[in-house]
Amino acid sequence: MTSQADNYQAENYYEPEKNIGEVVLDVRDLRTYLYTRWGITKAVDGLNFQVRAGETLGIVGESGCGKSMTALTLLRLAPKPAARIVSGEIFLDGENILERPENEMRFVRGQKISMILQDPMTSLNPVFTIGNQMVEALGMYYQEEQQRGLRDRAVDILRRMGVAAPERRVMDFPHQMSGGMKQRVVGAMAIAGTPRVLICDEPTTALDVTIQAQYLRLLKQVQAESGVSIIFITHDMGVVAKMCDRALVMYAGRVVEQGDIRTLFKNPSHPYTKALMASVPSMEEKHVDKLYSIEGQPPALFDLPVGCRFANRCEFVTDKCIETYPPSFANEQGHSADCWLLEGQSEWRQVTEAGV
Amino acid sequence: MEQDVLLQATDLTKYFPVTKGLVLQKIIGWVQAVDHINFTIRRGQTLALVGESGCGKTTTAKLILRLERPTTGQITLETADVHNLEGEELKQYHTDVSAVFQDPWSSLSPRMRVRDIISEALVVNQKVTTKEAYDRVDYLLESVGLRAQQATLYPHEFSGGQRQRLAVASALVGNPKLICLDEPVSALDVSIQAQIMNLLKDLQDQFNVGYLLVAHNLATVRYLAHEVAVMYLGEIVEQAETDELYDNTLHPYTKALFSAALTANPDSQREEIILRGEVPSPINPPSGCRFHVRCPYAMDICSQEIPERKELAPGHFVSCHLY
Repeated sequence: MTSQADNYQAENYYEPEKNIGEVVLDVRDLRTYLYTRWGITKAVDGLNFQVRAGETLGIVGESGCGKSMTALTLLRLAPKPAARIVSGEIFLDGENILERPENEMRFVRGQKISMILQDPMTSLNPVFTIGNQMVEALGMYYQEEQQRGLRDRAVDILRRMGVAAPERRVMDFPHQMSGGMKQRVVGAMAIAGTPRVLICDEPTTALDVTIQAQYLRLLKQVQAESGVSIIFITHDMGVVAKMCDRALVMYAGRVVEQGDIRTLFKNPSHPYTKALMASVPSMEEKHVDKLYSIEGQPPALFDLPVGCRFANRCEFVTDKCIETYPPSFANEQGHSADCWLLEGQSEWRQVTEAGV
Repeated sequence: MEQDVLLQATDLTKYFPVTKGLVLQKIIGWVQAVDHINFTIRRGQTLALVGESGCGKTTTAKLILRLERPTTGQITLETADVHNLEGEELKQYHTDVSAVFQDPWSSLSPRMRVRDIISEALVVNQKVTTKEAYDRVDYLLESVGLRAQQATLYPHEFSGGQRQRLAVASALVGNPKLICLDEPVSALDVSIQAQIMNLLKDLQDQFNVGYLLVAHNLATVRYLAHEVAVMYLGEIVEQAETDELYDNTLHPYTKALFSAALTANPDSQREEIILRGEVPSPINPPSGCRFHVRCPYAMDICSQEIPERKELAPGHFVSCHLY
């Protein structure tokens, strides 16, 4: 039966070796606030993380926790005039991109850092062919080349993204392609400038599961070939478990826990992460009587409590949690969490100050 | 334990015409959305339909809700032929069968108060006084974990999870026998999903209502469903009790679908099957077994003959030439 198994691409597929290098992206105390008529919405409030070359970092959390605003801030595309980056530094290849003038950002976007959005239907222009749109983007990166050369490059990149018959596909309009194909085109445009960091904001949420499996494998292959770092934003724990090496768990604008993926799933430290993991139903487990569920709602971002933001839903809440925001505690494996419960435990040492 | 059959679909088919031209609409083909499927839903139990987009899950739910008429075939609720109901019987049917949709932002009218939204199905279809209807609303709000005082609010004053609770309450208003749940939790956040899934399960026990669950998340299905039918291009390719199916997938498509579903476990060592290509068009579906163009085990017979539905284990049905 195996001889007929050609249709499963699994045949000649191997899980690519991860080759993780030096730090590419270093984000320090990043804060993006939105100035709205309801008040100051603290969408991103004090983010610290690093991404290494060839690594996949997941950002997980519920809607409204600041995941997408983080991504937009990294590209300096947060909606103006409401959004302002009030503090922080973003070092990309050792250079703080927040200090660049706006008109130079177009050389950073696409060539150093680029992004794949959730919905491929809205990231492509419906009135231009795929080829047209790709040549336009490629023209930015290869200014000296002729149209013809750019078109060949577009075909080449589409082939790398697993688009069948790319010579014909460049003449198609977006509506002539399926969702999975369009997302491949968007992916092709995102990697065309050979960026160092690729941000994927829920790239497979709009796709079917079998197409999602194809796309995730493709992203891994692209990463193995080019060594690009991927920041993977999602709320799907299955995708995180599959794709990421490390992950940040965000809650109400803050990273409450970060660490390698196994520890996060098997041995989480923050009560929110614990609750989140427990509330995901498993398809491997036999009949469960009741799923664990987190009662209540996250706080509104324009009306945040002074203490821990998870306090009103936390099982282990103490008076201290309500009064002061907990500091970050880190252990030797590079795992860290913001929670008062870790205070005084031998393996955890305090790395930031409380109440900030 | 053999529960009695609540709803039965026999040889159910829905074809949509594909037309050409503006005035003289010439029919040039048919979208075979649902093609000769059979299933039963037992009283107080859940049947889940799983499959990718375009496989006919939602069309099946619409046929049950009478939002579409079947091309051929029959649906019977208890003893009544659903698509031949009229008058009072039809009104009764509309209270016996209700629905909860995916997106609680678009399924609740923003201009109506919660109590009017919830009681609407009752007021339209049955003779009740306003007092009776509002008492029922208060009772249901408490049942779905909200407060009776919230009845006078508008939908925008609720969060996503609470809105889905309202949608469930309005589905329960006529004391239904069957609720069609079309992706009831997929628009919600993870922590809210668990709340709604627990609620749906509690309400099923409390009101002994049957569910037709349309979902693509296999973990959700495992938690909620008693029986699962896997659909591909308008056909049911495999059907079994939930635990039997999850432990013992037989059809190659089911195997691929299950292997593509990701588990929240970074060490999960499951066989990974990735299918080539995409779901073909339901306008001209492949001959024989519709899956044969993507199937890794395809044989000559697969493109020629439509596989028969076989019962390989008690209650476990598969349509595949391999067995």
